[in-house]
Amino acid sequence: MKKKYSIFSLIRNAFSYHENWEKAWKDPTPKKEYDAVIVGGGGHGLATAYYLAKKHDMKNIAVVEKGWIGGGNTGRNTTIIRSNYLWDASAGLYDHALKIWEGLSQELNYNVMFSQRGVMNLAHNLQDVRDLKRRTHANRLNGIDAVYLNSEEVKKFCPIINTSPDIRYPVLGGTLQRRAGTARHDAVAWGYARGADEMGVDIIQNCEVKGIKRNGDVVEGLETTKGFIKTKKIGVVAAGHSSVIAEMAGLKLPLESKPLQALVSEPVKPIIDTVVMSNAVHAYVSQSDKGELVIGAGTDDYVSYSQKGSHDIVEGTLNAILELYPIFSRMRMLRQWGGIVDICPDASPIVSKTSVKGLYFNCGWGTGGFKATPGSGDLFAHTIANDEPHKLNTAFNINRFVSGDLVDEHGAAAVAH
Amino acid sequence: MFIINCPYCGEREQSEFKAGGEAHIVRPKQPTELSDDEWAEYLFMRKNIKGIQFERWNHTHGCRKWFNMVRDTSNDEIKAVYKMGEKPPVD
Repeated sequence: MKKKYSIFSLIRNAFSYHENWEKAWKDPTPKKEYDAVIVGGGGHGLATAYYLAKKHDMKNIAVVEKGWIGGGNTGRNTTIIRSNYLWDASAGLYDHALKIWEGLSQELNYNVMFSQRGVMNLAHNLQDVRDLKRRTHANRLNGIDAVYLNSEEVKKFCPIINTSPDIRYPVLGGTLQRRAGTARHDAVAWGYARGADEMGVDIIQNCEVKGIKRNGDVVEGLETTKGFIKTKKIGVVAAGHSSVIAEMAGLKLPLESKPLQALVSEPVKPIIDTVVMSNAVHAYVSQSDKGELVIGAGTDDYVSYSQKGSHDIVEGTLNAILELYPIFSRMRMLRQWGGIVDICPDASPIVSKTSVKGLYFNCGWGTGGFKATPGSGDLFAHTIANDEPHKLNTAFNINRFVSGDLVDEHGAAAVAH
Repeated sequence: MFIINCPYCGEREQSEFKAGGEAHIVRPKQPTELSDDEWAEYLFMRKNIKGIQFERWNHTHGCRKWFNMVRDTSNDEIKAVYKMGEKPPVD
């Protein structure tokens, strides 16, 4: 049993200058065989392992990660959490995650700094207004909190927004989901890793998968840089590299991997206490607890694994940010980076079995996977443990690209793609 | 961001171009005969290669012509550019 984190443990450890904290997770060498192996130690992968151990009593499992845990998109995203998606299937999926977020810090005994500061999505033209109103109604029918705000109400909720009617893309209104917000992305990975480790999950870092061994239509194990690992169940949660892993098993996925960029400014005093997103002009901004403005840009339209994006994408985003928030005109940007996002043609994820027995894929989260981390892990663990999807991820099976039963969230939701 | 050597206009910034995805996906000759699996393969399944990829690009803010490119997607290095209808380079 790990020692509980609390104000008392903080005080106790202060006496030893915080040098004697118990290790949050071990650094094991891989065993010869596991009941299941999760490929990818990001938030989704670690959450999957956590729920496999916690809810499905699978303790002899491992997470293999080619770099360090949380070093991929989990540590690169803009940490926005919301569930105001248009379609029923998406609403079910993302609100399931949001409900877990609401109790996650307590459940993990790890402060993931979940902050329900609200997410506001702006409308800049009449079609935006119609779309956002429609989505607000759809959200309410699905039990998801949503309100439509007119231009004055937007200004009142976030006073630094320029709602002048003579800007290039005037703010005509917006939607607000008050339960939405942000969380500390690294803490999510670390909290799940600590929780999974406590239940006996082996978290193996610096272990890259080099091949998947199949015997006909059944998986037998994984070739890794730390040797062969035998297992009957492989759950792949490799985000931008999903297609690379799929190819090792002889599968093709309906994904394209593209760079998505984000940037943060120098830290300043509190200026924006919510998250504001604008799909049309492609700018979204929030402020981290350190005081940095966290700004999300768009994806490049070409396939790339380089973790670098184009400057014109950042320029476009900053143009929009400056028009919406003239107060930021003197802000200096501190850091800019890219992550590789795996995008499905319908902009919805795949959480599914495959044609190969024992091989499962959790991918295609595209530009918005962070918000789903707890729900994704929970539902993927259910799918792996039972070899059947949970009712909430049935619609997100890989066969929808054959049947045509797509969950078309591209532009339909408040998604910033 | 990188520089693309358009076969019609010469070197231009990548922001002038639009990526058109994987190249050499053959349009089905007999669409009515296709099974659902074959449609899915044609419409949705992509190699999404990390490494040397053959792809289509359009010079949207220039000559507006389509052409093909061979690019290493792991570092965005362009290996070759060739016109539509031309045979892809072998090496």
